[in-house]
Amino acid sequence: MANERKDYELHTLSVLVENRPGVLARIAGLFRRRGFNIESLSVSTTDDPTVSRMTIVVGGDDATIEQITKQLNKLIDVIKVQDHTGEDVVERELSLIKVSCEPEQRSEILNLVTIFRASIVDVGANTMMIEITGTEDKINAMLELLRPYGILEVARTGKVILARGSKTT
Amino acid sequence: MGIKAAELLVHTLIEEGVEIIFGIPGGAVLEIFDAIYHHRDKLKFVLTRHEQGAAHEADGYARSTGKVGVCMATSGPGSTNLVTGLAAAMMDSSSVVAITGQVATPFIGRDAFQETDTTGVTMPITKHNFLAMSAEELPRIIKEAFYIARTGRRGPVLVDIPRDVSRTELDEDFPIPKEVSLRSYKVTLRGHPLMVKRAAEMIANCSKPTLYIGGGVIASGASDGVRELAERCNIPVVYTLMAKGAFPDNHPLCLGMGGMHGTVAANMALNTCDLLICIGARFDDRITGNPKEFAKVSKKIHIDIDPAEVGKNVKVDVPIVGDAKAVLQQLLENLQPKRHDSWLEQVMDWKRNYPLTYDRSSELLKPQYVVEVTAKLTNNSAIVVTDVGQNQMWAAQYYPCSRPRQFISSGGLGTMGFGFPASIGAQFGNPDKLVVAFVGDGGFQMTMYELATAVLHSLPIKVIIFNNFFLGMVKQWQDLFFGGRHSATMLHGNPDFVKVAEAFGAIGFRVQKPEELQPTLERALEVNDKPCIIDCWVDPNEHVYPMIPAGGTIKDLILPPQFRHKKQELLEQVAAAHAAAA
Ligand SMILES: Cc1ncc(C[n+]2csc(CCOP(=O)(O)OP(=O)(O)O)c2C)c(N)n1
Repeated sequence: MANERKDYELHTLSVLVENRPGVLARIAGLFRRRGFNIESLSVSTTDDPTVSRMTIVVGGDDATIEQITKQLNKLIDVIKVQDHTGEDVVERELSLIKVSCEPEQRSEILNLVTIFRASIVDVGANTMMIEITGTEDKINAMLELLRPYGILEVARTGKVILARGSKTT
Repeated sequence: MGIKAAELLVHTLIEEGVEIIFGIPGGAVLEIFDAIYHHRDKLKFVLTRHEQGAAHEADGYARSTGKVGVCMATSGPGSTNLVTGLAAAMMDSSSVVAITGQVATPFIGRDAFQETDTTGVTMPITKHNFLAMSAEELPRIIKEAFYIARTGRRGPVLVDIPRDVSRTELDEDFPIPKEVSLRSYKVTLRGHPLMVKRAAEMIANCSKPTLYIGGGVIASGASDGVRELAERCNIPVVYTLMAKGAFPDNHPLCLGMGGMHGTVAANMALNTCDLLICIGARFDDRITGNPKEFAKVSKKIHIDIDPAEVGKNVKVDVPIVGDAKAVLQQLLENLQPKRHDSWLEQVMDWKRNYPLTYDRSSELLKPQYVVEVTAKLTNNSAIVVTDVGQNQMWAAQYYPCSRPRQFISSGGLGTMGFGFPASIGAQFGNPDKLVVAFVGDGGFQMTMYELATAVLHSLPIKVIIFNNFFLGMVKQWQDLFFGGRHSATMLHGNPDFVKVAEAFGAIGFRVQKPEELQPTLERALEVNDKPCIIDCWVDPNEHVYPMIPAGGTIKDLILPPQFRHKKQELLEQVAAAHAAAA
């Protein structure tokens, strides 16, 4: 398994692409045919409607990451690729978590939600849905604490990042 | 009065300098073909017999002229038939533009008649592709397609045009953009000065340098620069199949082709040098064998226009991203003349003592002899196109070339069936030059229908078939590595190629004995208005040597029988060089 190798590391790439049909297929196809692994991917437009931003988390050793970056750059529709691993960036992920919850457990869960600065977005007869934003670690920690109640469903966005200060991403 | 997008497309092609298009029409491209009809005085259309032929012809035209080759097909089966040709062009970085028809935009995605997701299918085998969803963007797309195909690391570009788009009327004076500007596509031409300086220092300080040149040298027009560097600093030159012709075979510093079927001198130099200067090549496994063991003791400089190639297969010490010609010029500004007498002496020893060889006393017609005699009768100056297999290797080994774009072969993809149609493209692009195609009996049958095209256009191509009644190269591997079990390699049921030639209206000759070869070739060379098929019945048991088996190292070298007893000597030299470096 590639990810058991000791030089294997996760990298977060910010990729600016032309906002055109087929661009996602080009990127996905590139990863597939060259055997690169996408851990997470999020895509959205930027304030410039002709440009989309993809934040891609990939795993690999240095040489693999270098190849991924270069191969991405080679795609005609890719405008810019930056590897922000280890840089001063704000990284966020959003997650919706549905837990089973008897009415008497609601206040316990509400406490957890407050501690994590998450919020309750839906309450059912025996369920609660929580929305949480933060780093991957924070969301994982929240999930661990909610697990004993019974997690019914989870939806996570991929990670998005922006560089701090005046530096661009 | 407006102008149809199809008409504007043809204007744009003519403006791009297109003179010839290879292809086959169909429902989705009728509008475009009608526009071509109106401009037939300026734009020649060559109707091929299969779209694969069209793609290889466009490719052969591109490789032999340095211009962009253009092919055209209808939607669905037309475009899927182009696929092999595009993949071959992609692997060898050849400037091809393919224009395909697509079903009308309202039908896209509905499995309409003859609908194929052409851009989806060709995504990994083109440098880029476009689906033109509106007539307004078509001229810009065509301009971009040509720009992308002929700049940077060259490659094929496909433009898919729905039939309603080509039919759309635009204003008469709808502008064709003059310039292309792509914010996401920038090519670095000049090398980083610091890296160039470092490379120059390495060259100044090394004692056993070797140049390893690839197809990028031809694409960038860097042959003169390579020659200047080799001569000024006395550096022997090894070329890849793709670079044959970029450095003259008869030059004293030329060691020939390296890799799997490379010369002993080339592979010994690669594996014992202390500095390897790679220009426009990509450390492909047909050159390196096992990449971990390849040129193990040398420092490496890698000059390539494609940043992704640098460091991909082999670690290098000095990476220089840039155009070969521009970087060589920079490098030469930093280099003083230099000699490496003892290294050159060593290299010349290998060249002298381990030449390419075969049994010249045989009563059978030897394929190597066929190439040698052809080379002699054509003054080493024909454009040589090969198919894939043993024929390809023998042509590369025994036909001395001296100019770029003289030798054309499907290297990266190794496409059987490439040779003959590519020779047609080359002949169209070079009407005044002699074109010779060396093909196997297997590969020729994959695209021999193109004889119709060649006859129709009176192309005097000499097609030399190495008829060994086998898929020769596969048989060779079976002989060497599978106990001689010829599983599905004997070509039972081959046609009579002389009759095939005649049926198409070409001229057929047969050569069965060595003494028949020269007189027959002389007769064929006199023909100047028809293709000639020269069906040479060669020794089916001949093997291509030397050979380093796939994934192997110089230690696995199989020498021709004549030198087999001398292998130990070579291995000791390799070991000594490695020990000295350690
Ligand atoms: C389209 C295609 N199919 C299969 C192969 C695998 N292959 C490589 S060489 C070869 C044999 C070629 O035989 P022939 O055309 O007779 O040429 P020879 O080697 O005898 O010169 C084959 C089948 C290939 N390279 N291309």
